[in-house]
Amino acid sequence: MHNRIAVVGDKDSVLAFKAIGLEVYPTLDENDAKDVIKRLARDYKVIFITDKIACSIDATLKKYKSRPYPVIVPIPSAEGSNGFGMQGIKSDIEKAIGSDILFSREDN
Amino acid sequence: MSIMNVNPTRMELRRLKLRLKTAVRGHKLLKDKSDEMIRRFMIYVRENRALRQEVEKELSFALKDFMLARAVSSDAAIEEAIALPSVKAELETSTVNVMSVNVPSFTAVESGTKELYPYSFASVTSELDLSISTLSGLLGKMLRLAEIEKTCNMLADEIEKNKRRVNALEYVMIPQLEETIKYITMKLDENERSATIRLMKVKSMIAVRDGQTES
Repeated sequence: MHNRIAVVGDKDSVLAFKAIGLEVYPTLDENDAKDVIKRLARDYKVIFITDKIACSIDATLKKYKSRPYPVIVPIPSAEGSNGFGMQGIKSDIEKAIGSDILFSREDN
Repeated sequence: MSIMNVNPTRMELRRLKLRLKTAVRGHKLLKDKSDEMIRRFMIYVRENRALRQEVEKELSFALKDFMLARAVSSDAAIEEAIALPSVKAELETSTVNVMSVNVPSFTAVESGTKELYPYSFASVTSELDLSISTLSGLLGKMLRLAEIEKTCNMLADEIEKNKRRVNALEYVMIPQLEETIKYITMKLDENERSATIRLMKVKSMIAVRDGQTES
């Protein structure tokens, strides 16, 4: 079965993805984004979301973390990255090992 | 640690010993599983981090180019240019079993025409071309990132769950079983001793009584 890929975020950041064949869903605010994510989670296997919006609807995204699909990935928006994606990796490490012993040194 | 509420019988003792054996074996297995999962997690998470840094950097550049293109041409021109993309990004999805965790795995399916740019070069500036070609080159990496990030997420979850199981076995289940077994053994020994003493006592009472009747 073939699945499409969705991109959610503010219009400036996501429009570019339309050109390479992804489905684009511009959102205006948090509530809008929540609704869109809930709707898309049923039909799409992979959803990219700009980190600014991902940051604000973190609680909604957490629900999808424990199952294989959909995969929701934060990407930087047009204004650049706000570190939300890296934060996710860090929290994974903390969850698995107990403290961030791998990369804490490299960052400083 | 409190002992369990059981009857101190041989049958119960046997049952508990079996349970202890299973618990110890399970504990060892789960601990090994945990070690291996953490080893794999380390590998994945390193790749995840490197990939994310790379993707974030390149994506920021591509999006900046796109912003530049939008600034130079009119909004309408840009939107018209990419309104009907000539390529379609599709996926074939499945799940892969990593340490008994089902993680997603997918491969991109090429479709649509070979021509990447859906517009005529005359209508927009070269920044747009650049941005789109970078983006389409980046898509593979982004998908790999999606795959691996989810794997890390799910592995971390599973490692946490597994840790709880190991701890429950190590610090609750096994001490409790050991203590209950000790309690039953003591109780049984005690019963045996009291039975022996009773027999000795009865024997001496009989001997005394027989001595009295003979005389």
